[in-house]
Amino acid sequence: MSDMNTQMAERYKNNFLKEIEEQAEMGEWVKMCMQCGLCSGSCPTNFHSGWDHPPQEIFMLIRAGKREEVLNAQGMYMCTSCYNCYVRCPRKVPVTHVMHGIAEYAYRIGRAPKTQPTMHLSKTFWTNATKNGRVNEVQLTQSLYFKDGISAGIKKAMEMQSVALGLVKAGRLNLLEAVGIAHKCKDVKGIHAMLAKAKELEAKRKEAKA
Amino acid sequence: MARKEYAFYPGCSSQKGASASNYLVSVESMCKTLDIKMTEIPDWNCCGASVSYAESGELPRIAMNARNFALAETNLPGQDIVATCAACWLGSRESKERLEHNSGLMADTQTALKEAGLQIKVIPEIKHMVEVLIEDLGYDELKKPVKKPLQGMKFAGYVGCQTNRPFGISGESFENPMYLDRLIETVGGEAVKFDQKVTCCGGALAFSEPEKAQGQIKDIIEAAYDGGAEMIVTPCPLCQANVEVYQGQINKKYGTKFDIPVLYYSQLMTLAYGGSAKEAGLNGNVVRARKLEEFAGK
Repeated sequence: MSDMNTQMAERYKNNFLKEIEEQAEMGEWVKMCMQCGLCSGSCPTNFHSGWDHPPQEIFMLIRAGKREEVLNAQGMYMCTSCYNCYVRCPRKVPVTHVMHGIAEYAYRIGRAPKTQPTMHLSKTFWTNATKNGRVNEVQLTQSLYFKDGISAGIKKAMEMQSVALGLVKAGRLNLLEAVGIAHKCKDVKGIHAMLAKAKELEAKRKEAKA
Repeated sequence: MARKEYAFYPGCSSQKGASASNYLVSVESMCKTLDIKMTEIPDWNCCGASVSYAESGELPRIAMNARNFALAETNLPGQDIVATCAACWLGSRESKERLEHNSGLMADTQTALKEAGLQIKVIPEIKHMVEVLIEDLGYDELKKPVKKPLQGMKFAGYVGCQTNRPFGISGESFENPMYLDRLIETVGGEAVKFDQKVTCCGGALAFSEPEKAQGQIKDIIEAAYDGGAEMIVTPCPLCQANVEVYQGQINKKYGTKFDIPVLYYSQLMTLAYGGSAKEAGLNGNVVRARKLEEFAGK
């Protein structure tokens, strides 16, 4: 087995805390958590279904070396980036960023759930925004609705029809964007070259740590 | 020469035909009255927003923001960058902070920028439009051009998340910021008591997990009605869209009868400064603000 998940598990042996500290953005903050639970209590999505482990629990699971539990957790994909946890944490842990960092790491090593809708949006948002340098809102919405296939997409699009119509009437939804007639940066080539280099340097940095 | 000049970062949602295009219309009208010159950063790009975290990684996301800094600095030297969108502001501020505190990250970012023929010398200050209004100008200056106070109108000032956390407006608390209420009062309106002032609208989850986000939006709108508000006012394009456009769906699901207009602070200011409904971008509201349309016509 040479997939990235196995490679990383082997490389860090039983030290999952070190794995997160070195590989996940802002992961070095995990050990600062004192388990007060203010982050979990401040989270707007904690009160909906779908949570298994809120941030406080994820921090403890990391320290306890529960690699599978953390990488299988759904909690980090529930983040709305509201920054409530971030500003309230008495230890100044940037909880929002740590959650994003763990989600990114799980995705990078192929452990993020393929059909989780916010995870899907996260991927498509970046791809969409960097394709031409600016977001194409219509194509972003389409790719999200049609992620589970054409018939599911049509059903979702029908459900959202009244919302879309309202926006079209108000001049806030340009249907031409669907066929790619949209706002674009002039130097798309430069942006792509810049991003390729950034990606390469980031991979090197992560590799050097491991 | 204008009283103040800034490098303007309008962001994707404010562009013509996009979901917050009426925000831009009203900001332009408001700035004209206040004699603020905003020059668009040439060829600016997307900030990556918060939700792109999984695919972006840290350095590519920061490089995107750094490109805007370099373009601003090169083309509009000495000017602060001003964003109207909460996410653009946050993404830029956060990138600036990390770059200024991490020389390794800065070096890598410069190497990436070189591929686009750019480099950073000094990162400009980054401000939200609201900071320009209340810090660079001040409430007294904002009040001077008021020709038609919004007398007797009741608004719920909905600050939301990202114009409030993690950076916030200097001197304001995260739990109960007062600036939006003061802006409402500055233009003659009444700011009602509103206990969901800083509650999250669901952000990007309004797209990906509408059940969760719409539950939150319902609480926000209910609280606005409970406080006696006729309209909701916000500084954030995503808060505006989320709280406005799903009212029909929420009504269907929860049996509510929501029909409350959601406006930008800049729309109120434009109207109070004597601007027309069109100049305030009222035609861009999905839930029409009839009372304000009438007011503008008088």
